[in-house]
Amino acid sequence: MKYSRSLIIGAILTLFFLGAAAVSFVWTPFDITLLDIPAKLQPPSLAHWMGTDQLGRDILSMVMMGARTSIAVAFLAVGIGMGLGIPLGLLAAARHGSWLDEVIMRGNDLVFAFPSLVIAILITAVFGPSAVNAIIAIGIFNIPVFARLSRAGALSIWSRDFILAARVSGKSSARISVEHILPNIGNLMIVQGTIQFSLGILAEAALSYIGLGAQPPTASWGRMLADAQTLAAIAPHVALVPGLVIVFMVLGLNLLGDGLRDLLDPRVRVVRA
Amino acid sequence: MTRYVLGRLVSLILSLAVASVVIFSVVEIVPGDPAAYMLGINARPDTLQALRVELGLDAPVQERYVAWVAGMVQGDFGISYTYRTPIAAMIADRVWVSLPLALYALTLSVLIAFPAGVFAASRRGRLGDLGVMGSTQIGVAIPNFWFAMILVMIFAIKLRWFPAGGFAGWDKGLFAGLKSLTLPAFALALPQAAILTRVMRSSLLDMLGEDFIRTARAKGLSRRQALWRHALRNALIPVLTIIGLQFSFLLAGGIVIEQVFFLPGLGRMIFQAISARDLVVVESVVMLLVFLVIMVNFVVDLAYGAVDPRLRTAR
Amino acid sequence: MTLLAIENLSLQIGTLPILHDISLTVNAGEIVAITGESGSGKSMTALAVMGLCPDGIQTTGRIVLDGTDILTTPEPALCALRGNEIGMVFQEPMTALNPVLPIGTQVAETIRIHQSVPKAEALRRAAAMLERVGLPPDRFPLNRYPHQLSGGQRQRVVIAMAIALRPKLLIADEPTTALDVTTQAHILTLLQGLAQEFGMGLLMISHDLAVVADVADRIVVMQQGRVVESGPTMAVLRDQTHPYTRALFAASSHQVNLPAPPAPAPLLRVQNVSRSYAQPRRSLFGPRGQTLAVRDVSFTLNHGERLGLVGESGCGKSTLTRAILGLEPVQAGEITLNGAPVWTDRHANLTVRRQMQVVFQDPYSSFNPRHRVDRLITEPFHLLDTPPQGAERWAKIASALADVGLHPSDAHKYIHQFSGGQRQRIAIARALINDPALIVFDEAVSALDVSVRAQVLDLLADLCRKRPLAYLFISHDLAVVRSITDRVLVMQAGQIVELGPTAQVFDAPSHPYTRTLLAASPKLPDFSDRSLTHAP
Repeated sequence: MKYSRSLIIGAILTLFFLGAAAVSFVWTPFDITLLDIPAKLQPPSLAHWMGTDQLGRDILSMVMMGARTSIAVAFLAVGIGMGLGIPLGLLAAARHGSWLDEVIMRGNDLVFAFPSLVIAILITAVFGPSAVNAIIAIGIFNIPVFARLSRAGALSIWSRDFILAARVSGKSSARISVEHILPNIGNLMIVQGTIQFSLGILAEAALSYIGLGAQPPTASWGRMLADAQTLAAIAPHVALVPGLVIVFMVLGLNLLGDGLRDLLDPRVRVVRA
Repeated sequence: MTRYVLGRLVSLILSLAVASVVIFSVVEIVPGDPAAYMLGINARPDTLQALRVELGLDAPVQERYVAWVAGMVQGDFGISYTYRTPIAAMIADRVWVSLPLALYALTLSVLIAFPAGVFAASRRGRLGDLGVMGSTQIGVAIPNFWFAMILVMIFAIKLRWFPAGGFAGWDKGLFAGLKSLTLPAFALALPQAAILTRVMRSSLLDMLGEDFIRTARAKGLSRRQALWRHALRNALIPVLTIIGLQFSFLLAGGIVIEQVFFLPGLGRMIFQAISARDLVVVESVVMLLVFLVIMVNFVVDLAYGAVDPRLRTAR
Repeated sequence: MTLLAIENLSLQIGTLPILHDISLTVNAGEIVAITGESGSGKSMTALAVMGLCPDGIQTTGRIVLDGTDILTTPEPALCALRGNEIGMVFQEPMTALNPVLPIGTQVAETIRIHQSVPKAEALRRAAAMLERVGLPPDRFPLNRYPHQLSGGQRQRVVIAMAIALRPKLLIADEPTTALDVTTQAHILTLLQGLAQEFGMGLLMISHDLAVVADVADRIVVMQQGRVVESGPTMAVLRDQTHPYTRALFAASSHQVNLPAPPAPAPLLRVQNVSRSYAQPRRSLFGPRGQTLAVRDVSFTLNHGERLGLVGESGCGKSTLTRAILGLEPVQAGEITLNGAPVWTDRHANLTVRRQMQVVFQDPYSSFNPRHRVDRLITEPFHLLDTPPQGAERWAKIASALADVGLHPSDAHKYIHQFSGGQRQRIAIARALINDPALIVFDEAVSALDVSVRAQVLDLLADLCRKRPLAYLFISHDLAVVRSITDRVLVMQAGQIVELGPTAQVFDAPSHPYTRTLLAASPKLPDFSDRSLTHAP
């Protein structure tokens, strides 16, 4: 099987950031809890590959630590979305046309009226800002995404004859959902999962930028940008580096998603065969 | 058609009702005693009691909810605890920054995405298509607030074409107002335009593969004519959904962008309210944002009816 | 006068050859039919004449329409030809029309794209053309949308669009394949009439030899991208000089040899069954109307009996099938198998259901693509209290596959490794694995090419000889039902209008609807003096 260029580039970028986050647990070039005010706002050099920030911390080390936060928040938020959304979607599809289906779908529409930022604002206003609240806010917004998609995917599978054959063989709709529907929409969910992961990275960055995400001393790309805002004119690298890091991470995930879709989508494969 | 509109209207009202219950519950019931929460742990008992009376917290929950909704319907959002002014008046000032910003950005997004999407679809697989798709791939990945910072660095600090922040106000004329919203609107719009371009292109390509396009070609329409006369209108149906979703993203995204440009909009208001623990303001502004999003979705539903005859005519 | 001449046309996509040295001609006023099984290249030939082949193909040879070589004509000139000189009608009327434009506009577009006439004038001419194809404006106003019309009516709109400018050549690619037999008969008559009235050449593509025999002046038989035989219809069908033509003809009129059924003893009893569905609400809070899909249906299927069920789309066949299989409850009446109800107390009766199985129409959607054949065909084991395990399970799998003419080693393959005909065999293996008392065949051979269909029908007859097999055979194809059943039910609008021994119903139908159905279904000419129909 031939792998597409976007799949390879996307996988490399994604693995690179995952690797950086993993390495940060055992090693970073500098300790980011140590401040070195005399060495503040240095441009990139051999010692500090990405320069230093306004407190003299090594930006590369900050980026590595920030990758941990971003990935953890986005990953858990996708987990919440998949874990609750897919069962809801499967249930709605299995009871297609019933009041239950209607309630689930109307509920989805309603959640869509609360953009993740608004959910985050509500949660923060009551419970205060934290990374956990960011995860919950982004996760809640992911639920209807997966619920809708899995319902649509499941409905197209439910209309196939092999489902009727399974029903004639006495299988319950719950069993059919797990045995026949889920494996056939799995690819779709993985592809959407990558896309939501990248949206999660962006949302986490936005939330920490406005102070509703991870709190100090946890490193986060969004807050690095918030700190850099007033310094952009005198030390552009402080603002450029975290932004570019976000762009590459998101780009990598999106390319990976596109590549996976081409690889896994049976329609495309039929054409190639 | 009447039946369709009525159906949508009922769904609109139900959504608003449920949304208001959710917001009211999160803000006024979940924290336990909102007054204690707003004043913090060091509050004196008499101030606490005064605030309770002011907020009407001694009444039962159902009555408070009804009073809150009834007030909003009449345009009364209550009094801000920190500013001691009617929230309705504060919102009225700020909504004239946030709403035009979202609409400006939406217009830009549509104006960029439509031609780009049509262009890419009509040149599928060729250089122009690859160029557009490559740009959108990057556009989708750019955080809008960071893009805003870059725009400020280039167009405000280096070139000095636009102000770096602040809002001139509409009383200085339409042009001055729009000028101070231009960089924020572009920052908001470009990532959304990238998404919309991709949707527009793939939706058009889906339609170009449909049987009725082949029928149109058999009638003697050229590829271009088939695309404009037959594919475009059908392709708009999924595009409309995305436009509706984008409006809610733009409203919410506006909150962040207002921070970058120091715009006196709903976003600034809500952050000041959060740091001051002014729950009444948070509650009202969130409800307003949700109301706007639901209204836009209603309009999108009506637009569906206009585009797709299958929705408005019974079989 | 030769209108269209295809001369030595070869066509390939990349390195894959599709058409090989095709030559054929169509004269003005003549109906020429291209026939052949799937993969023969008939549709691609039609698209090549329209100049609408997919991108990336290479062609050699000539397609000369009225002096113009289509293959060398530039695209803008082709656009001027299409719709004006050549019109085309497609197979699937449900998707061939733009869903968001009214039918009048779509027909008028053909006129307006080629002639500069005012909109009102174009609409007036569109109305006249729609009237000509049987959609009078007083009953079908120009502002109707496609979704408000039936399949047959939509196909008439497509035809009106294609002939609005009275083209010299009309190409019809399987124009009636998606339609019911009575609708098919009307559309074929319409096309024949139009060709005659306009002096138009008609190039028709059809897989159905009986349709072709009915309609065409000359036929062209294609196989795997080559023309194997062509000539005047009756001569080609009578002489059958090419072996492929002979095989095609034999398969199309294939008769199977069913063993005599055992003495009647009731197996399945359907008594006064009615089933209705709620209609969508007309007003917001108004009452919901009911559609009666099946009304007061009663019949008995005996042990070892092969019962046919025929009727057009929407007659209630599928609803009745679902009720018999215990997939849906009925509102009135009772269905019993060996005396036990198939549906008890809001649930399908599983002890009854294990005695029934089903084979569906579409070999491509009948199987979960992610499971191997062994798992696919053993799915009915779920109905058993103690499903066979280990060696016993494999023995059952091997014997079921052997029964349907497949090899036991096929159990380890995935379904995409099989052809359509093989898939239907696997579907039959799945139906047989529990040794059920009754199998429902729901249009089980309708999606297959004639030669494959003949083999599957032979397999059924074979199975009947080996074991006491009772089945309900649902089909719209009267010829197939005639050869594979002992008795037949005719259904119309939810009711059974006729029931009797197959030969009697077909030879001496008593109900007017049965007579209409029989008259409408195209028949191959009978050359029985040459006795080449089939081997016993």
